[in-house]
Amino acid sequence: MHLTKEEEKTLKGENGEVMERLFRLLVRLGEIYGADKMIPVGSVQVAGVSYKSIGDPGTEFLEDMASKGAKVKVLTYLNPAGMDLENWKEYGFPADFAKNQLRIMDAFKKMGIVVTSTCTPYLAGNLPRFREHIAWSESSAVSFSNSVIGARTNREGGPSALAAAICGVTPNYGLHLWEKRQPTVKVDVDFDLNYNSDFGALGYFVGKQIKNKIPYFTGIKSANTDQLKALGAAMAASGAVALYHVEGLTPEADLVEKKGLETISVGKKEIKETYGKLNTGKEPDIVIFGCPHASLREISALADRLDGKRLKKPVWICTSRMIKEAAERMGYNEIITKAGGTIVADTCMVVSPIEKMGYKTTGVNSGKAANYLPGFCKQEVCFANIDDLVEGQL
Amino acid sequence: MKGRMISPGKAEGQAIVSPEPIGFYGGIDIKTGIVIEKGHPLEGKSVKDKILVFPCGKGSTVGSYVIYGIKKNGVAPAGIINKETETIVATGVILAGIPCIDQIDIGKIKSGDSIVIDADNSEVKIKK
Repeated sequence: MHLTKEEEKTLKGENGEVMERLFRLLVRLGEIYGADKMIPVGSVQVAGVSYKSIGDPGTEFLEDMASKGAKVKVLTYLNPAGMDLENWKEYGFPADFAKNQLRIMDAFKKMGIVVTSTCTPYLAGNLPRFREHIAWSESSAVSFSNSVIGARTNREGGPSALAAAICGVTPNYGLHLWEKRQPTVKVDVDFDLNYNSDFGALGYFVGKQIKNKIPYFTGIKSANTDQLKALGAAMAASGAVALYHVEGLTPEADLVEKKGLETISVGKKEIKETYGKLNTGKEPDIVIFGCPHASLREISALADRLDGKRLKKPVWICTSRMIKEAAERMGYNEIITKAGGTIVADTCMVVSPIEKMGYKTTGVNSGKAANYLPGFCKQEVCFANIDDLVEGQL
Repeated sequence: MKGRMISPGKAEGQAIVSPEPIGFYGGIDIKTGIVIEKGHPLEGKSVKDKILVFPCGKGSTVGSYVIYGIKKNGVAPAGIINKETETIVATGVILAGIPCIDQIDIGKIKSGDSIVIDADNSEVKIKK
């Protein structure tokens, strides 16, 4: 790999031990994946934030880095934490867990990382531009930025994203290269996608089929960014899809080479079967929306359905702190809270310890959540659209 | 034997060889450096100050932090030799500063062999 004179110096330790280690990590990863050089990144999003995911080993590593004076060079956001960072006590998050989670947040803050904690940084002030190189971690955020925005990122692990933030560069390989962004399979959709959960089911089905390929969708007539968010998140969870193109909708779709691709078809039968497969539970103890984190439009949709109603069983909606503030101003939070619901910020159902909070069956409209809840949180799942889920809790 | 340098430095010690991959998160105790994965060929053995030889890593990416943690706790192996170092182990050894070489025919190394790793020159020597 070609390194500049300054980069050679860093590798020799002339810019300190922390820089030497972190830069060496990027060089090694670049060599493993065949990168030719380092490229500057416009922004970073770091995963491995929840204490539930990284435990004591990760916490101690981050504290160690922070105490050695590591500082980020570019705008850096965080993945969701394991709890609401402000209202954790009120929502019943365990105190010993909270103590460790707050240690992690302090370490990140010391390094100059914006302690945002969201899987939708693009809705909360970290918005890359078309063709901008970035180093993001969270699989749905990687999918959204690559596919819907047309920015360029590989799926980074926690340490490699942190290294990119502190060094300001990432190795040039994989999805940073135009030739690696070409579709490798065509997906013909013959189904009227309506609810966001329909997009989740489609994504779950396709991800299972194509694993880490790059799909080119045809037949999706329209989709807003919430629906594309749901589609990409589910494909990244059930498979390892980091980039997808949709004819007529996503920015690179017209530019990529689409000839001679193997084709798979998805219709009513496949979508219906996926709904069936994702339903492992009978009746939810709790319904949780906002995987990935809810947009203002999604919070407004929930508020509409809860206005003047009274919930018999809990409903949560997870979002970023920024969107929660906007929802507060619009009065959505008040409507949801009055009905007995809860708006949780900074965290999500997958990385929070919900299994320790007494819940056994969770209702979701997210293909991604339905994929992870049984394993990570030992939950039975009810997968349905927002109307059916809300109706069931009233 | 010539291999590829993953993490620089020199190390010397007794080989401890696992024919199976190692998952550090949940596989090795971070405070003692003892292999705790049930049914693993090295279960109950300590990796401290050894030259740890295994084909490749497996499991959670938190494993990188465990490698860093065992080094900080003073119970890390002196060096690591792999058939193929994947990103979890590469990340861990580089952050921890543990000398590591891969692309080595690990079938030629037996537990108890006295090993010298010269990662800077991408070289592994067996002193029988």
